Amino acid sequence: MIRLEKRPQPSRAWSMATPLVAVLATMVMGGLLFATLGKNPVEAIRTIFWEPVFGEFAFYYRPQLLVKGAPLVLIAIGLSLGFRAGIWNIGAEGQYIIGALTGAGVGLAFYPMESWIIFPLMVLAGAFGGWAWAMIPAVLKTRFGTNEILVSLMLVYVAEQFLASMSLGLLKNPEGFGFPGSRNLQQYASAHNGEIIAGSGMHWGVVAALIAVIFAYILLNRHMLGYHIRLTGEAPRAAKFAGVKPARLVLFCLGTSGALAGLAGLFEVSGPSGQVSIDFNVGYGFTAIIVAFLGRLHPVGILLAGALMALTYIGGDIAQGNLGLPSAAIQVFQGMLLFFLLAFDLLTNYRIKLGTEGAL
Amino acid sequence: MKFAKLLAGAAIALGLAAGGALAQDKTKVGFVYVGPVGDGGWTYEHNQGRLAVEKEFGDKVETVYVENVAEGPDAERVITQMALQGANLIFTTSFGYMDPTINVAAKFPDVKFEHATGYKRANNVSTYSARFYEGRAVQGTIAGRMTKSNVIGYIGSYPIPEVIRGINSAYIHAKKVNPDVQFKIVWAFTWFDPAKEADAAKVLIEQGADVILQHTDSTAPQAAAQAAGNVYTFGQASDMIEYAPAPRISSIIDNWAPYYIARTKAVMDGTWASVDTWDGIGAGMVGIGEITDAVPAEVKAEAEALMAKIASGEYHPFTGPLKKQDGSDFLGEGETADDGTLAGMNFYVEGIEGSIPE
Amino acid sequence: MDLSAINPVLLIASLMVAATPLLLAAIGELVVEKAGVLNLGVEGMMITGAIAGFAAAVESGSPLMGFVAAAGAGALLSLLFVVLSQIALANQVASGLALTLFGLGLSALMGQKYVGVKPPAMGRIDIPVLSDLPVLGRILFSHDIVLYFGIALTAVVWAVLKYSRIGLILRAVGENHEAAHALGYKVVKIRTLAILFGGACAGLGGAYISLIRVPQWTEGMTAGVGWIALALVVFASWKPWRALLGAYLFGGITVLQLNLQAAGVAIPVEYLAMSPYLITILVLVILSADKSNAPASLGRSFHASR
Repeated sequence: MIRLEKRPQPSRAWSMATPLVAVLATMVMGGLLFATLGKNPVEAIRTIFWEPVFGEFAFYYRPQLLVKGAPLVLIAIGLSLGFRAGIWNIGAEGQYIIGALTGAGVGLAFYPMESWIIFPLMVLAGAFGGWAWAMIPAVLKTRFGTNEILVSLMLVYVAEQFLASMSLGLLKNPEGFGFPGSRNLQQYASAHNGEIIAGSGMHWGVVAALIAVIFAYILLNRHMLGYHIRLTGEAPRAAKFAGVKPARLVLFCLGTSGALAGLAGLFEVSGPSGQVSIDFNVGYGFTAIIVAFLGRLHPVGILLAGALMALTYIGGDIAQGNLGLPSAAIQVFQGMLLFFLLAFDLLTNYRIKLGTEGAL
Repeated sequence: MKFAKLLAGAAIALGLAAGGALAQDKTKVGFVYVGPVGDGGWTYEHNQGRLAVEKEFGDKVETVYVENVAEGPDAERVITQMALQGANLIFTTSFGYMDPTINVAAKFPDVKFEHATGYKRANNVSTYSARFYEGRAVQGTIAGRMTKSNVIGYIGSYPIPEVIRGINSAYIHAKKVNPDVQFKIVWAFTWFDPAKEADAAKVLIEQGADVILQHTDSTAPQAAAQAAGNVYTFGQASDMIEYAPAPRISSIIDNWAPYYIARTKAVMDGTWASVDTWDGIGAGMVGIGEITDAVPAEVKAEAEALMAKIASGEYHPFTGPLKKQDGSDFLGEGETADDGTLAGMNFYVEGIEGSIPE
Repeated sequence: MDLSAINPVLLIASLMVAATPLLLAAIGELVVEKAGVLNLGVEGMMITGAIAGFAAAVESGSPLMGFVAAAGAGALLSLLFVVLSQIALANQVASGLALTLFGLGLSALMGQKYVGVKPPAMGRIDIPVLSDLPVLGRILFSHDIVLYFGIALTAVVWAVLKYSRIGLILRAVGENHEAAHALGYKVVKIRTLAILFGGACAGLGGAYISLIRVPQWTEGMTAGVGWIALALVVFASWKPWRALLGAYLFGGITVLQLNLQAAGVAIPVEYLAMSPYLITILVLVILSADKSNAPASLGRSFHASR
């Protein structure tokens, strides 16, 4: 009988190797899927993984990887702090929406005045909006012990309704012929989060994501607070003896992840997206949860996982355009990738043994 | 990106790298869709238009499409992707693609762009939309004649000018043939949510409506009407002929095929120019699906006569005297609404009850 | 405004229909969570059930066959979640999200040739005499069989959880898996069965949408019902009868707001639409004073060697 044995230490070798194994397994299974749909599997997989990075038009797609990956990484970094401590914010999508609304709202309130101060104020407002939205589950948890998974999830739907209401009401572009959606911030210089170097895809959100990665790395490895976060996740009882105050940790983790998600929303609405609209949110908040786990809650891992997810999105769209793959096939392919990455992760923490001693 | 290099090595080793450039004598036409081609409504009909282009030009044309493209940065990337891959003409088929289309068009002056339902144009960007309100006038006429309870239900999506225009047009013409008619309007706040649309239809039926008009894309209201019996509906976006002869007694079909074929031809001939197209029944962009035998012959004849008058331009569905809901003047005797007013319409005409939500 | 246009009898009858897919999915998830597992893949399993049931009903001509196939498909998909969360011990939140993504894609692929097809109709059972009763007849005795099945299932789950040994074991596993393991219960096996049950129920709920409530197949047609079902479980504080009540409340708010609109009442639609979620949060807060409800091991992986 096959049996699992927990490793005393997570295996370093396997933690490096499992993503590769998972990607390879996905390629094989995905290839089978594409072949069933009557497409050349090698061509399809080459298009998804190779074309965006090294293909003929990589000069355009590489910057797009940053645009697509930055919000994922920024949100996932925030989430990973809480996840490490066993604090589950799965409502980043809502915090992302609210951050975009408050940030864009501040920007639009100044329209058409031009001033350098507007964008920084929007950044603050975006971070504050996300933070405040995340404080609802945080305070409910610390005050009443309410489950933060469920409260943060519920607040996503509330935020979506707010978004619809704002797009049709308060923030609607008065010159938009009655169509829902705000003014386009790309056309409002003081509020526009443009590319810092033209053609690089590098906007302030990308910079913020990179800073967040570094910040999280230092926090977790060099800082007392980071130690407390890790300790709480790994050994809650020991953490109590070490003097960790759980309530403060909850407020910190949820607040930080909310603020980062809010920032991601602000940078998106003022940059690549440009406007508040009913369909502004495209699921970054949920995808970021997956990114956080794929990156094993490690800042560098999250950076790589964010890049991988961005790659499959962009490569997937190219495969649709060039090879006529339906978008559903791409979705299934992404699902498979996640399954394999999650499943093979087992090898990092457990040893597979053949034998009969002990039952599963 | 270690794995990508690895994969690339594998691909080259297998001798299967790089697809190679396409022969450029073909005209390449790209389509960007907001929903899946299997939505049976809006995107489905645009895809039918794409297939019509393929059928018309055969080997001389190559079409590509990407579905489920979110409005915003994803759209901008996908449109750019098509332009990079050598598309000569790109149709972007959702209102939310407006700014992305304009942005990309500025970078690719030699590529022609066509944006559906928007209002921003450039030298290489045309806009096109359909005068669905013309079809609503025909529906309103039939609905006004067919209702016995004098209550007509209307399922709206979002309170935007496009939808409000349709409600007004249907109401004006229903009222014309049946002065006692009353409209009950429900906003679903979605373009597509079959379960919610079904609920909305059921609610309207329960509240006495025996004719249902819908401005959402699924056939759910048709099914609800069928289950209720003695309720009439109209197909929306696609013909929904599977519910004929009743409850579906006619339909408004988004028929993009003639336009897509004409614009592709213009690119092939080198005659393409930026235009603002707003076509209706006359040009065939708004198709009226078969009026079934459930409709009495004289009503059918009346509706067809109206269609013919609209198609020929002899009659405009918004012809005065008309007042706004608040009683103020909208159009004087014999006056017709100009396109600007129609494009931004954000009020009900006199007689419609209730207010437009915000 | 004309509130008299709202017929309360029909309103109740139609909210029962609107609530049924929610109820089916929520009852399944309730059992899963009682066993200490959080499966966020409900939406994915529902939509897969919706297409599998639709396809089977169209091919076989029998709606009942459709429901059987939908339950099977939902359970089959949940098996993937079992592999990830119970065997590979992957994080349940991430696994559930992956399941939803996968299910949405898979259903769209499976459904490509069923767009625009009409499924065989599932008749209402009009119980003779009883269904002719005024008011009660339409509300209680004139629905399709799956709706009654949903209510019966609620009763069965309630009775099993409360009175049977199986229920006791299930709850023990959900409360404290280490202790349950020490007592000799097979935690993984019990959780696996619970997850499969949850998948089957979600599949049924999806098929109810594609075969009865709408009925048609279109991509993405469950439109978030699976997520509402998750909220509903919490709202119900893991109690089956409260799930029934909650499903009627959630379904009722949708139907009521449409009714109010049709009657010409100016209501802020978005704010009414967010009210079920706000109420759920409120319920959560009230409940958290009383810790006895939420399964203590919810969402935590279990491995025997710990």
